Amino acid sequence: MKKLKFIFTILVATAIFASCDWDNYDEPESFLKGTIVYNGEPINVSYNDVNFQLWEPGWELSYPIDVVIDQDGSYSALLFNGNYKLVFPDGQGPFRTIGADTLDITVNGDKNLDIEVEPYYMIRNAQFSATGGNVTATFQAEKIITDADARDIERVNLYVNKSQFVDFRTNIAKTEIGGGDIADANSISMSVAVPEITPTQNYVYARVGLKVTGREDMIFSPVQRIDL
Amino acid sequence: MKKILYILIFLMAFNWGCNDDDFLDREPTNILLDEQVWSDEALIFSVISDLYFRIPEYQSVNYWQGYADFDEAFASNFGDYGRHKNNDWGYGEWGLWNYGYIRELNLFIQKAQSDLTSDLDPAVKARFIAEGRFLRANAYFELVKRMGGVPLILEPLEYDFSGDATYLQHPRAKEAEIYDFVLSELDAVKSDLPDDANIKSRATQGLVLAMKARVAIYAASIAKYGVNTPNVSLPGGEVGIAANLADGYYTQALSAAEELIKSGTYSLYNKKEDLSENFANIFIDKANNPEVIFVRDYVQSERFDGRANTWTLVNQPWSGAEDLEGGRTNPSLNLVQSFEMLDNSFATFQTTTEEGDYIFFNDPMDMFAGRDPRLAGTVILPGSKFKGKDLDIWAGYQLADGSVITGDEFGQRKVLPGSETPVQVVGFDGPIDGREYSAQSGFYVRKFMDTATGSGQRGLKSDRWWVRYRLAETYLVAAEAAFELGNSGKAADYMNDVRRRAGFTTDLTAADITFDRIAHERKVELAFEGHQLWDLKRWRLAHIVFNGEKVDLTDKPWKADEVSTRVFGLWPYKYYEPGSPNDGKWIFKQVLPGQVTGADRFRLGNYYSFINDDIRNNNPQIVKNPNQ
Repeated sequence: MKKLKFIFTILVATAIFASCDWDNYDEPESFLKGTIVYNGEPINVSYNDVNFQLWEPGWELSYPIDVVIDQDGSYSALLFNGNYKLVFPDGQGPFRTIGADTLDITVNGDKNLDIEVEPYYMIRNAQFSATGGNVTATFQAEKIITDADARDIERVNLYVNKSQFVDFRTNIAKTEIGGGDIADANSISMSVAVPEITPTQNYVYARVGLKVTGREDMIFSPVQRIDL
Repeated sequence: MKKILYILIFLMAFNWGCNDDDFLDREPTNILLDEQVWSDEALIFSVISDLYFRIPEYQSVNYWQGYADFDEAFASNFGDYGRHKNNDWGYGEWGLWNYGYIRELNLFIQKAQSDLTSDLDPAVKARFIAEGRFLRANAYFELVKRMGGVPLILEPLEYDFSGDATYLQHPRAKEAEIYDFVLSELDAVKSDLPDDANIKSRATQGLVLAMKARVAIYAASIAKYGVNTPNVSLPGGEVGIAANLADGYYTQALSAAEELIKSGTYSLYNKKEDLSENFANIFIDKANNPEVIFVRDYVQSERFDGRANTWTLVNQPWSGAEDLEGGRTNPSLNLVQSFEMLDNSFATFQTTTEEGDYIFFNDPMDMFAGRDPRLAGTVILPGSKFKGKDLDIWAGYQLADGSVITGDEFGQRKVLPGSETPVQVVGFDGPIDGREYSAQSGFYVRKFMDTATGSGQRGLKSDRWWVRYRLAETYLVAAEAAFELGNSGKAADYMNDVRRRAGFTTDLTAADITFDRIAHERKVELAFEGHQLWDLKRWRLAHIVFNGEKVDLTDKPWKADEVSTRVFGLWPYKYYEPGSPNDGKWIFKQVLPGQVTGADRFRLGNYYSFINDDIRNNNPQIVKNPNQ
């Protein structure tokens, strides 16, 4: 009797484990990776803020796959093989798309795809230095879009944080210059005092951001580690 | 032979049976038929009651959490701390797509207008039709507030089972078209409704005017302030109203508000000598209340199905709680410091002198002395009473050496230095950081709180009402509309009416009236009445006030566009220094509750809620809202 019970248990267990393999769907396994770039240079944005959508046509009901862009402009999505349409929702990002607003992409195995966009401004030559507990940044704001779509600078900000996530939400120090107060966009200099950090930390991360009027998302310089 | 007989009997039985139509045609015993319902006034009344019952709400007395989503209150409840840890709101929040309700309203109107009701008294019939149309207009107002322009469906839609449902798909109307529809419906139904200030939970002429004023001022401010957020619009006009329409809407708002105010049907509540009590009583006095226009009424009930008001139960001070819960909605210091001084000036709370020493008070109430009496009518302050019992809000003993002795249980006892007997070191109402039901901001809510014994028991709860429209709001709409139309003198008059009732003795002059003044007056007069979100949306200020940055509490509480992303608290302490003249006196500290780790960020895509993918799959003509 005991033996029978044992065999029965084994049988049931086998059936349960074997069936997992049998009735599950395959998981998606193709990586779509890349960076949002302008002329090959990554566009840095704030985390969790800028996203695009992938739509797979052909289904009766369509739901987008939201792909969020990381701080350094990179993105990645794990997808099933297939044809997708890539769309930036209205008003997303500190840039406009080039040409058609929809990009057709075919995913068949891992794929690297850098997406070219046209930002309103680019932050060039951002240099950071630390002197006497202050972080100083100098940079240039280059106007990229100069046609009818051109926008003015609303403000530029210098953000400092103790972790690598640096933007208007997560910072320990920040300073701001309004768009009208920028004398020369080719040489902007900002400086902010770093407050005391507990636990003590002898380095910080910093970057500068630029907001154009009428666009929600800011463009940033790459995050830089600064030793105090 | 026998066989034939049987067959014959059998056949005859069948034949007669078939003939007997009455036998098979039975009246159903579990549902009421159209002819039964629509010929009986009492039954039609119960149908319309159900439709009143289902008016969509966002923040209300039965959804206290809604106030903690923004900066009016802290949520002192374990399950709701997330409201202060999040950084932004989902695009779908406070969304609404209740076309099931709209369909039932359309069916109600269709049947009320049909011959089914021809036996009713024509005035009764007209009133039912008017109420149905009022509720439908209100439903569209609730939709347009949240979603912008929506498909305007005015007939019950029927599917013909042809396999092709495209003829049922309607595109979104323009935002202005929905507002115009609501306004014109209100005009159309007004004369069929009674003009009786004692009817509070059904539509009246007074309600139509109050609602018209509110609807028109919303449309007007979207038209006027929409230019500040050009991104929050759609090319088809489904979102956004043209700026040149603003004046027209402001004029409509002003004339509707003035018609109501001048009619004299309602008046501002002024029954009690004590001004704070008078203000608090507006919301709990159900006998001949002259100010309240439209309410959602409740009864006491042991059930939790929405028929009883749970506000008092969930928010009662812990020290005097009648059941094992309470204290959830803690008004924020952000709100409390907005109440101005009685000389019309503004002041934040000073806890220390310029040298950094504590300021000592003999009584915690002294901290709030000289303020707008509406403060104590809206908020239960430390040192005040509720239901005749003293509140016990204090966070601990402040020692002279800078350390603090406090407890993590309500009313905990500890030994103070230089003594041997344990004494109570923290109030029975807290504040204890992270302890639910304690006054974690240092305050409890007073508005809408029922003072009747038993209203804090789960088995009874409260029968007080939720006030949706009251005359003071109409005054403020009139003031806002007059100001926007360039008539500051008139705006000052209407503002002063409300402020005099509140207890201000010095009138504002026309020169004092600014946009900030009006926005501020709405903030303090209408706190916890569910206006904040819609006001900040229509003024296009939400993305400025909630900008996601972790900033300190503003010291400019009179400004409408000051950043306020986190809720702060103000905690009273007892000072302990035996022998010193300050021993036993009170000090205060401004705190950021430990649960507040996020900073609210209202994104441009939050202005109009997300219309989800299912809706757009079913009806591809629906365009998305902007910035999502």
